[in-house]
Amino acid sequence: MNITQLTLLETIKGLKENKFSEEELNKAYQQKIAELNPKLNAFLVTAEGSKGIPVAIKDIIITKNIPTTAGSKILEGFIPPFDATVVQKLKEQNIRVVGKTNCDEFAMGSSGENSAYGPTKNPWDLTKVPGGSSSGSAVAVAADLAVFSLGTDTGGSIRQPASLSGVVGLKPSYGRVSRYGVIALASSLDQIGPFTKSVADARQVLEWISGPDGYDPNCTNSEFSIFNFQFSMKDLRIGLPREYFGKGLDEGVEKVIKDAVKKIEELGAEIVEVQLPHTEYAIAAYYIVLPSEVSANLARFDGIRFGSSRKNFGAEVKRRIMLGTYTLSAGYFDDYFMKAAKVRTLIKQDFEKAFEKCDVIVGPASPTVAWNLGEKADDPLAMYFSDAYTIPANLAGIPGLCLPCGFSQGLPVGLQILGKYMDEETILNVGEIYEQATEWHKEKPPLSPAKERNI
Amino acid sequence: MAQGETTIVTRQRKKYMTNKYEPVIGLEIHVELNTKNKMFCRCSADYFGKEPNTHTCPVCLGLPGALPYTNKAAIEACIKIGLALNCFTPSLSRFERKNYFYPDLPKGYQISQYRWPLCVNGYLVLDNGQKIRINRAHQEEDTAKLMHRFGSQKSKVKSQNGTQIDFNRSGVPLVEIVTEPDFHNVEAVRDYAKKLQQLFRYLGVSNADMERGDMRLEANVSVRPEGSTDLPNYRVELKNINSFRFMVAAIEYEIKRQITALEKGEKISQETRGWDAEQKSTYLQRSKEEAHDYRYFPEPDLPELRIEESRVKSLESSLPELPWIKSKRFEEEYKLTSAQAKILTETKELADYFEQTVEHGKKHGVEAVQIANYIINKKVNIEETLPTQIIEEIKNKKVGIIDNEEELTKLAERAIKDNPKSVADYKAGKIPALQAITGGVMRLSSGKADVAKLRPILEKLLKQ
Repeated sequence: MNITQLTLLETIKGLKENKFSEEELNKAYQQKIAELNPKLNAFLVTAEGSKGIPVAIKDIIITKNIPTTAGSKILEGFIPPFDATVVQKLKEQNIRVVGKTNCDEFAMGSSGENSAYGPTKNPWDLTKVPGGSSSGSAVAVAADLAVFSLGTDTGGSIRQPASLSGVVGLKPSYGRVSRYGVIALASSLDQIGPFTKSVADARQVLEWISGPDGYDPNCTNSEFSIFNFQFSMKDLRIGLPREYFGKGLDEGVEKVIKDAVKKIEELGAEIVEVQLPHTEYAIAAYYIVLPSEVSANLARFDGIRFGSSRKNFGAEVKRRIMLGTYTLSAGYFDDYFMKAAKVRTLIKQDFEKAFEKCDVIVGPASPTVAWNLGEKADDPLAMYFSDAYTIPANLAGIPGLCLPCGFSQGLPVGLQILGKYMDEETILNVGEIYEQATEWHKEKPPLSPAKERNI
Repeated sequence: MAQGETTIVTRQRKKYMTNKYEPVIGLEIHVELNTKNKMFCRCSADYFGKEPNTHTCPVCLGLPGALPYTNKAAIEACIKIGLALNCFTPSLSRFERKNYFYPDLPKGYQISQYRWPLCVNGYLVLDNGQKIRINRAHQEEDTAKLMHRFGSQKSKVKSQNGTQIDFNRSGVPLVEIVTEPDFHNVEAVRDYAKKLQQLFRYLGVSNADMERGDMRLEANVSVRPEGSTDLPNYRVELKNINSFRFMVAAIEYEIKRQITALEKGEKISQETRGWDAEQKSTYLQRSKEEAHDYRYFPEPDLPELRIEESRVKSLESSLPELPWIKSKRFEEEYKLTSAQAKILTETKELADYFEQTVEHGKKHGVEAVQIANYIINKKVNIEETLPTQIIEEIKNKKVGIIDNEEELTKLAERAIKDNPKSVADYKAGKIPALQAITGGVMRLSSGKADVAKLRPILEKLLKQ
């Protein structure tokens, strides 16, 4: 038995049945980290220990007494005096923070390359990006360096790296999980969620981290309980949005997604076509709302209390602070921010209308598979467009799941399942039925460049 | 206000009153609420005089990852202030971020309200009958406190020089009340500010102590030709003036400065000015070019505030009788002069004390007016004197008074005998001579004779 390949639920079972001890479990993961992290750069910091279930936490989530940098030089050496609510909740479940994972600086990026501490490598091909911004958290799970991990998703930062790195990633509904202790990127869009080795694991972690805590006033009536796993696709209507299968979608990815849809149909679901007509405005609206919030959220890093000078902000961070400062300026607010807020409402209404016709919406999470390190690093717009299929869900606040559904050019492709607001239950059900009927999630990365394997 | 200042102010006013200009003044009053907790965290808001940085947490320190949550008690206090000032409470209100950089602002923005305030469109009627329109009363949070320490230049200990930040005040609930530019003289400004201070204390929402900084005043001052109704195209903001006396002096000075400038044909620029207490003059703090663009936008960390009408109604019914209404009632119900009623309603405690005493006095035939006179003239310490004691004292004084006719007649006869000259004067038609004879009776009775009853007795005896 390879302990580090076990899912969370299998690990809990193994511990319960004394198939291995917590010490053995932690030792196995520690060895794996020691062996692979130098190659992958998934962890920025690791914490030794022999108790509990080893879990990786994105470095934008505050951990008491463990350095937290959000991938930025600005916060180098910052040791938080408190735990984020999610970390506190996990600790109550016998979870040990095994390390803090690399990410794009303040979660601004889609490849992991904007980290001030160097990029994380994709374990399926070390010359490729793993996606971002939760790059290290996706890779830690893909390469079996942690039982599961937590990331944050503001415009796709869980679902997109899950797709590119071949793991399960869940972005819960906005307000399902307390954001207390997450260093804010865009407060109205950020949501914490897990990367896991199975859909059932994601369901378990969501149950642990969801619910109100009195410290996030946008997180109320948010308890998620496991009670209704429905083992049938019958009576389920799956919506295919025309807008998610248009220009920009890579042919190889499209084929894999269409095969997955076929599989879901075979499993008994009814496929219906739906429309999300305002999708094309999502990126534009997102890049008004997000920088506006960023310009305020990052103002506290003014060099007075957080030692480092602001010149240490990376280029992408500076770009967004400038954009947001501009869009909020006197005379521009109505033309930019208010207009974006209206588009946001229209996108929300798109989903509400679509969900009158279907129970979940299915499509790609990313228009392409993982690209070469450095390929889009100097082209911010190309980078922004890689989130075209994930951003609308954040603007609408609805939940989204991404799970492995095949390969294109030897690299993983993820299937995105979007659900109604606060209906994670149904997307997890659809995901789990699909997962149980396929073997994609059992594939393990080769941890080498693809060209060495003649792909 | 000190006596000296009053004369200066009056002299200055006389000078500009003769001019053909009229001041146009708007006021912004900030008041710190005395809620148990801070506005957006659970720290104690009772920070005054406490060890620096002991009332803090990740939220009010603006640590990364911390989120605000709203103090409902503060929201209710703000709505109460609004209701007392005849404001409308919209059903939807929002917090917004006011962005600017300053070391006392840990998040780099203040959570405040701009487009969606809690209370709008109110008014307050001044003693002179003028109605001051209230634009808004909104909720926000206070900043930290900077403490500048400047030791000797030669000091080798670096920490003796520089600025330290005390975050105890950071996040304490603050309500800002903004008027329309309706004031045209400092008397009205003073009356308004005093009324608001009294209101905050009546509502029990703040100690409203100017010296402690519980209540802060900012004025927007401009002048225009008398008779004009247009708003001037500039305004000078008077800010960071921490005493009421200085604010009045600053407004007076500013009016004079602006008139002088306009008469010289100069253009006055939009700017912020402070008060130099030693020079007794205002000075430039920030020009228009340096003015902030606060880049307000809805605070995404906090849900919208939905204020139900029933909640507003119940807050409205929980309001105490407001001081100006109480004062009117005292005049009518107790037949007091308006000056008496104003003094007795100065604080809610004194007004309650007066009414308790009146209630008690009824049982002993003591009139409200007598009680009012007694409390005002004797400057009764209401914390040390029981209402029953007051009634007792008023009655005792009455017991000593000689008002029976027989006794008064005896005294009068003696006084007439003792003052033959005055008696002769009176009989010769010099009516005021009666005063001297009355004085004789008072001396004989040690001042206890009832003068009202004595007079007809004296007149009767002198006619004989």
